[in-house]
Amino acid sequence: MTNGPPHPALLLMLLALLGPLAPAFAREAPPAADDPAIEARMKKMAAELRCLVCQNQSIADSNADLAVDLRTQVREQMRAGRSDAEIRDWLTQRYGDFVLYRPPLKSTTVLLWFGPLAILVAAVVALVVTLRGRRKNVEAELSDEERARAEALLRTEPPPRN
Amino acid sequence: MARFLIPLAVFAVLVVFLAIGLRLNPREVPSPLIDKPAPAFQLARLDDPAKTVTLEDLRGQVWLLNVWASWCVACLQEHPLLVEFSRSGTVPIYGLNYKDKPDAATAWLGKHGNPYTMSIVDADGRVGIDYGVYGVPETFVIDKQGVIRYKHIGPVTPQVLNDRILPLLRQLEA
Repeated sequence: MTNGPPHPALLLMLLALLGPLAPAFAREAPPAADDPAIEARMKKMAAELRCLVCQNQSIADSNADLAVDLRTQVREQMRAGRSDAEIRDWLTQRYGDFVLYRPPLKSTTVLLWFGPLAILVAAVVALVVTLRGRRKNVEAELSDEERARAEALLRTEPPPRN
Repeated sequence: MARFLIPLAVFAVLVVFLAIGLRLNPREVPSPLIDKPAPAFQLARLDDPAKTVTLEDLRGQVWLLNVWASWCVACLQEHPLLVEFSRSGTVPIYGLNYKDKPDAATAWLGKHGNPYTMSIVDADGRVGIDYGVYGVPETFVIDKQGVIRYKHIGPVTPQVLNDRILPLLRQLEA
């Protein structure tokens, strides 16, 4: 074979060969089978927590070491009977509001919460003002002087054609 | 005239926002622990696992807490600087050996030099979580009252050391 890209059929064959191996790699943290309720609660909560290591993943999705550790801690605290709010506080004390995908409403996050709304309102106002201005332009009246000039122009003889 | 000026102004504002945004490092998350008491711990020493060290033992001095591990590639980057800094004898550096194997950690120190007054072992990373650690290496400046005054995420560079850490240490030691 030459050095070109591998034949698609070859890739398919390779994929088919690797297929059965995939589940072995994708194994999640072993679910705590002893309490499915806590596991479900932990998953729900972890889905709204940002992983600090891979910032575009939630702690529920990430397989980073830290995410695994944090899931373990959340699970333990839930088993110890702590409420979701308490656990969230525990996390924000360590990692700040940054871990929360739903940031709390406070003075530093006002712009974050209402900025888009403010931009929308500004855009609507600008649109209305522009449209009104345009309508006025169309209906613009001629002044007396302009009217007289227009009439004078209309009255004059057209130039003779050659 | 306004027809051209308004989009231009909007564009300029956008450019300013993007320019600021590009300069920010999304990896640097402001720590809520700054100016808060350092979380308590009780951990075994790396060189003598039978002995434990607590936060209270370190009170009364200004010190650096450096989170490191033998598996951490970026730690090697700052390591020569830490070794050099430790020779200056400015303040003690305590190492938090984070999620590491003691044998590997000891070997690593033997190979690259040991800047730490003492290293303590956080094998399961729980103390790391208490300190909000998410990317090794991290360096904390802790004052005489046991309050965290500064945190640096990632390898300490000569610039960070000279511009941020040293002036702060001078101020805290005074």
